[in-house]
Amino acid sequence: MSAFTLSTHSTYDMLRHLADSWGLLAMAVVFLVLCLWPFRPGARDQNTQAATSIFKDENDGER
Amino acid sequence: MVSLVTRSAVWLAVLFFAIIAMALAKDTPFAIHMGICGAAALIGLVVSLRQADVDAIVRGVLKMPDQGRYDDDPIRWGVIATVFWGMAGFLAGLYIALELTWPQLNFGLEWINFGRLRPLHTSAVIFAFGGNALIATSYYVVQRTCRARLAFPGLARFVFWGYQLFIVLAATGYLLGVTQGKEYAEPEWYVDLWLTIVWVSYLAVFVGTILKRTEPHIYVANWFYLSFIITVAMLHLVNNAAIPVSFFGSHSVSVFGGVQGALVQWWYGHNAVGFFLTAGFLAMMYYFVPKQAERPIYSYRLSIIHFWALIFLYIWAGPHHLHYTALPDWAQTLGMVFSVMLWMPSWGGMINGLMTLNGAWDKIRTDPIIRMFVMSLAFYGMSTFEGPMMSIKSVNSLSHYTDWTIGHVHSGALGWNGMVTFGCLYYLAPRLWNRERLYSLRLVNWHFWLATLGIVFYAASMWVAGIMQGLMWREYGPDGYLVNSFAETVAAMHPMFIMRAFGGLLYLSGASIMAYNIARTIMGSPLRQEAPMTETPYDASRDVPVTTAAHA
Repeated sequence: MSAFTLSTHSTYDMLRHLADSWGLLAMAVVFLVLCLWPFRPGARDQNTQAATSIFKDENDGER
Repeated sequence: MVSLVTRSAVWLAVLFFAIIAMALAKDTPFAIHMGICGAAALIGLVVSLRQADVDAIVRGVLKMPDQGRYDDDPIRWGVIATVFWGMAGFLAGLYIALELTWPQLNFGLEWINFGRLRPLHTSAVIFAFGGNALIATSYYVVQRTCRARLAFPGLARFVFWGYQLFIVLAATGYLLGVTQGKEYAEPEWYVDLWLTIVWVSYLAVFVGTILKRTEPHIYVANWFYLSFIITVAMLHLVNNAAIPVSFFGSHSVSVFGGVQGALVQWWYGHNAVGFFLTAGFLAMMYYFVPKQAERPIYSYRLSIIHFWALIFLYIWAGPHHLHYTALPDWAQTLGMVFSVMLWMPSWGGMINGLMTLNGAWDKIRTDPIIRMFVMSLAFYGMSTFEGPMMSIKSVNSLSHYTDWTIGHVHSGALGWNGMVTFGCLYYLAPRLWNRERLYSLRLVNWHFWLATLGIVFYAASMWVAGIMQGLMWREYGPDGYLVNSFAETVAAMHPMFIMRAFGGLLYLSGASIMAYNIARTIMGSPLRQEAPMTETPYDASRDVPVTTAAHA
């Protein structure tokens, strides 16, 4: 119980309130960071490279 | 390498165990299943003892070329298995559509009644057709994008054969009436355990290949495949948590009861749609659409946003299957809100796929495989709009339990999953068998139109049937009593059932043409004599420079 000070009423209550407060915030922040990551400065070249990487071996490894 | 003696000893032990389990079986279906397992072990034993080179034998029978830079043999098996299970699954679907229309087709046999054939159909198309397509294409894509040969080749082959055994056990179980009563998770505890072993091996092969990669970046298609493999493992383990009644019987009791059980089931059920039928097939889309269009994906950034939005949102959407039930109201609303939010990444992904053709739209006219991919993306867009709309509580109060849901599922399954898989099979067959091109492009075109028309018949008839059914169910007379009985709604839907079965027949006919086309491609038949898909007619009178007054 000491790990979370949100509620001492019940496990359900504690998880329920974690889900609509800090848990939600943490998930939203992680989500935004992951989505914005490819937009960081200097990522343009890497994105283009990744997108065209599937065309490097045109023969697909077959003779 | 494991020695011949050890390997044979393992097979023999499994064979003995299967025979003992058969003898001690508490019920007939369990005995039959142990018999099937025993037969599989016997085949394994004979193959081991004769030291047969399975790869070489199959290569001879199926006219497969020798291995190149990549380990393609299991992919070739997978292409054939996908076509085979697809035909089986579509045929079962047509038959149950006819059973619903003319119940005489039950013939009074319990093994082929609707209740048993329906899970056979759904599992055959989702897990056998779709699953084999996913395993085969993931092996293909992960090797090419990582520029590395498949890790653990023995395990990769075990995954293929083990998955086929799972399909056979599941299918025979349905006919024998073995079920744990969970939609899309009907197989009983021992089949679930077997699938867990196969799936963990699949994960090991896939992750092993990624770790071996010589390409620095992991291409986005592999992200989708990996999320599909990991999430399906998680869903499968949680939803199938059950205690067997006996270790020698085909009955078990779920560890979840009541509304918790319902929530776990639909958390599983909807994420099976989200991660098996969406994430996995999007992985195919993100590799094969750019490859066939010969241009990179429209926006790599958008594909990454698509990925993370799908991962973060999908997992919460399941409760929309339980609107107006004993599930707490807040959980229903949560499911609805997340389903509506899912609309955005889904359309982002659809736009990303379609816009890959930007500047090359003529390929829709000239390349029937691209046409298939485009139609598939269009249906992805349509069904991911329809789905969120149906998850809204007030819409759901009309649509739930009606055939509208069946129509929605089929526009996604036949349109999105089916078409993208057909496109991939057409892409793979000539490349894997070193053929110049497919046996016939005109036949691909025939397949395209038959399938498209089939879906139109299916979806349109089920919209009409479902909405009518929903309205009839809720109709009250002035005295406050319901106007229609259930049987009256069934009678009213009969014409739509006939149209639906006709749509299924068209779709199956298209798939048969594909099976023929791919078989001729594999056999190395000379290319079909046919008019090309596009002509470049020459008009001499118009082929002159624009001369008005200059150059006199």
